[in-house]
Parts: sequence; C-alpha cells; structure tokens
Amino acid sequence: MPEQDLAHIAARLNKEFGEGTAAADDLRLIICAERLSQAATLLRDAPEYGFDYLNSLTAADHKTHFSVVYHLTALEAGRRLSFKVDLDDRENPLLPSVISVWRGADLQEREVFDMFGITFSGHPNLKRLFMWEGFPGYPLRKDWVNRDV
Amino acid sequence: MTFKTEHYVINIGPQHPSTHGVFRLRLTLDGEVIVDVEPIFGYLHRGMEKLAEGRNYTKNIPLTDRLDYLASMINNQGYCMAVEDLLKIEVPERAQYIRVIMAELQRIGAHLAGIGFFLNDIGAFMTPLLYMFREREKIVELFDMVCGQRLNYNYMRFGGVAMDLPDEFLPALKKLLNELPGFINEYDQLITTNEIVLVRSKGVGILPREMAVNTSAAGPVLRGSGVKWDLRKNRPYSIYDRFEFDIPVGEHGDTYDRYLVRMEEMRQSVRILKQAAAQIPEGEYMGKVSKLIRPPAGETYTAVEGAKGELGFYIIADGSENPYRWHVRAPSLINLTALREMLIGWKVADLMAIFGSIDIVMGEVDR
Repeated sequence: MPEQDLAHIAARLNKEFGEGTAAADDLRLIICAERLSQAATLLRDAPEYGFDYLNSLTAADHKTHFSVVYHLTALEAGRRLSFKVDLDDRENPLLPSVISVWRGADLQEREVFDMFGITFSGHPNLKRLFMWEGFPGYPLRKDWVNRDV
Repeated sequence: MTFKTEHYVINIGPQHPSTHGVFRLRLTLDGEVIVDVEPIFGYLHRGMEKLAEGRNYTKNIPLTDRLDYLASMINNQGYCMAVEDLLKIEVPERAQYIRVIMAELQRIGAHLAGIGFFLNDIGAFMTPLLYMFREREKIVELFDMVCGQRLNYNYMRFGGVAMDLPDEFLPALKKLLNELPGFINEYDQLITTNEIVLVRSKGVGILPREMAVNTSAAGPVLRGSGVKWDLRKNRPYSIYDRFEFDIPVGEHGDTYDRYLVRMEEMRQSVRILKQAAAQIPEGEYMGKVSKLIRPPAGETYTAVEGAKGELGFYIIADGSENPYRWHVRAPSLINLTALREMLIGWKVADLMAIFGSIDIVMGEVDR
C-alpha cells in the first residue's frame, strides 16, 4: 500500500499548476509530461513533502504507451513516493529532464534514453550509456527485434 | 608576460582492479587539474534486464549473482524479497536468520575487498589487498560450505533458501566471529593512522551533504557525507529491527570518511552476526511455495542495503511466468553521478584515491 495520500497530492498539484497536472487513485500517481518540472520542484521543496532523494528513475514499455517511473524518498521523514509519467507518442517520446531538480537523474535518464529511446529535453549530455553510438534501435522496447538471432 | 594554458582531454584507466578493461574516465585537464569528467562504460553490458524478460522468475536468481559479484548474497536477497512482495508470501524464521547471516558476512567480505582495492589504488601495492583477501577467504569458505560455490552463490529462493545450514556451519561461523574483531583492529592500527593514507585521503574529494543527497549517492558514499541513512535501520526489512547496531557516518564527506565508514560497518556487521548466530531458531528453511512461480499482475520496488548502497529491484508482473519488466537500481552506477562532483578541482593523482573510495563493481554498473 502506498504510504502517501496520493489523491491529496494530486489535488495539490492540480491546484498549483492547473487542472490535468496530476491524477491519482489508491495505487498510483500520474503526472502529465508538460508540467513534470514544476511538479517535481514542488515535491522536492514543499516542506510537507520534502522528497529530496531520487531513488530510481526507469521506464517500461506498455506497447500502447511508455511510462517513466520515479521513486522518491524524503530522507528527513523517511517517507517514500512513486509516480509515473505516461507517454503516448511512440514515434517521438519526449519528456522534460529532472536533472535540475535531482542531479541523480543524470545517468538514469541516459539509460532510459539508451534502452527506450525516450528523449529528455534539457539533459546536458543525452548520449547512449551502455550501447555504442549508432546501435540500431532500443533494446528494451517490446517491439525491438534482435537481428543477430 | 603571462602564460596561457589550454585544456586537453585524456583517457584515464582502467586503473582500479574491478574495472579491468571495461571502464575509463575521459578527463578534461587544465595542467594537472581536473576540470571535467565523463565516465565511459558499457563494455560489460550483458543486457540482463532484457534477458530477464525472457526467463522465468526462478531462472533470474542466478542473473542477480552477476550484478555486484563481490556481494552476490545481498543481490540474491534483494531480488527474492521483491518477488516475495509480489507473491505476498512469508519467509520462515530460520530462513530469515540465514539470509541475514549471509548478507552480513557478505557485507564484510565486500568491504574487505573495497578497502583492499582502495589501498592498492593509492599505491600500497598488493600487501594490504592480500591481507584483506585472507579474511575474505574465510568468509568465502563459509559460503562454499552452505552452497558449494565461491563467487556466484545462487543460494536464496523465493520463500527461503535453497539448502539448510550444514551442522559444521554455526561452529565455524562462531569461530570466525571471535577472530574477526582482532583482524579488523589490526587493519585499523596499520591503516587508519598511516601517514600516507592520511595525506592521500584526508580532505580529498569532498562530497558535501546536500550534493550527496541531490546526486542520489548511496551506501558508504552517502553516509561518508554525514547522511544517516541506512535501509536496514531507516526502513527495516527482513528481521533487521531485532538487532542492535549503529550506523556510522562521516563528518567531512572526504575520501578518508568513506574509508572509515566501511571500516566501522564491518564491526557493526560482526555485532549483527553475533546476535543472529546466538538467536537462530530451528525450523523450516523454506516456506511452502509452488514450484511454478507466477505472481499476480502488479508491480514492486523493493530495495535492500547492498554493500555499495541501495540496491533496488523494480519488477512489473503481468501474471505470466516471466517478468514483464525487470529493472535493477544499481548503487555502483548511480554513485558515478557523484564522482564528477568529487573530482572536479582535484589533480590527476588524487583521482586514484577518490575513485577508489566509491568502491565500484562493473558488473553492477553495466548489468
């Protein structure tokens, strides 16, 4: 069970940054890609949240869409929060980088770019991390075909 | 007349013993001073996350052995706990104790290797490393005793462990626990006040507290910067809340503090091990789990305190025998984000000490 009242957080984000910024049910919090930067800054800086530590940033391919998953911790209070950002555009998935909020996103965003081809605008050095430059395709997409096999 | 300097780019490494051939740093230098750093890796990338999508849950346990291969037992534990979370199953008491014993022995083993390599990096060629491996060997012997393996143990299972402890294990463990504090004190005397170690590491490669948090540093790197955060204490898992132990933290966030934190963590692990060895109950070593693991659709992010920091498994299950998505939050990879902050402004010679102090294992970086 989530430790946070996700609906409450979503309502707060919608109030700050306009309707449609966030949505939540009991299990998940979803934030829209366009307002991710503002929402992330609020989650880090607002004293009642204080999520100063980005544990993990990764993505999953759901065939119809990608979701990028953020796991956060507020170290003072010991609370955790995770939220997702859904990306419907499979051709050119684009998301603002959260490096300016959590520097720890640096290599993890590059990994997601490398494996899923999701572009993070504002990332200062968005290059492939594990695969070589010019590697064809993005291996962790579900429609990726390994031509070596 | 004034002299003008030009920046130039050079490749450094592989230099640290665990980066043998698969890691280098591209430095931009102004004279001897580092002005920019880019780590270059990916040579050891085996595509584990993709592999895992095509294998069933049980067959993925051996993959975790090959992440941080100096701390395989802890990787096993993290992954098994993640799948147990999906399956909503309980682990019997005895198995919980066995897991804690293995994880803490492994932590000592990993820190011994980490400190040995660190000293090797700053020029103490081989001697301290061999001493460290003398003790690590005794731990490996114990692992050999329980599962017949010396590096990739593949020992833990969903719901417990693969085999019960053999009769000779606990006496051997208790003997080792009596010896270890003496050895740790001996190293302490030899290293902690050694003049060369002090000069090479004190005040070098400082990672301030806020920067450590912001760069998602974990484990001894985070704690060396004074952040008292250890998942065993702050978000207790397994049965860690039953043991008395402390979390050492550094004051300055320098290379020396990261070394001191590892040294003290070994002592704390011995403390946990003594309590666990005294309390371990008789009983089942494996819960009732069906042979075919098929977790219901759902997802989990389960993290344990690895030797290098928070080791997390993010798994999406779709109700089939294979995970739909399998992701490892690898502390060695993410600690590299902080490396840049630690290195800029220092000289090339300091790089060896600073890089050694983050204790990196490439199997976990590349996956």
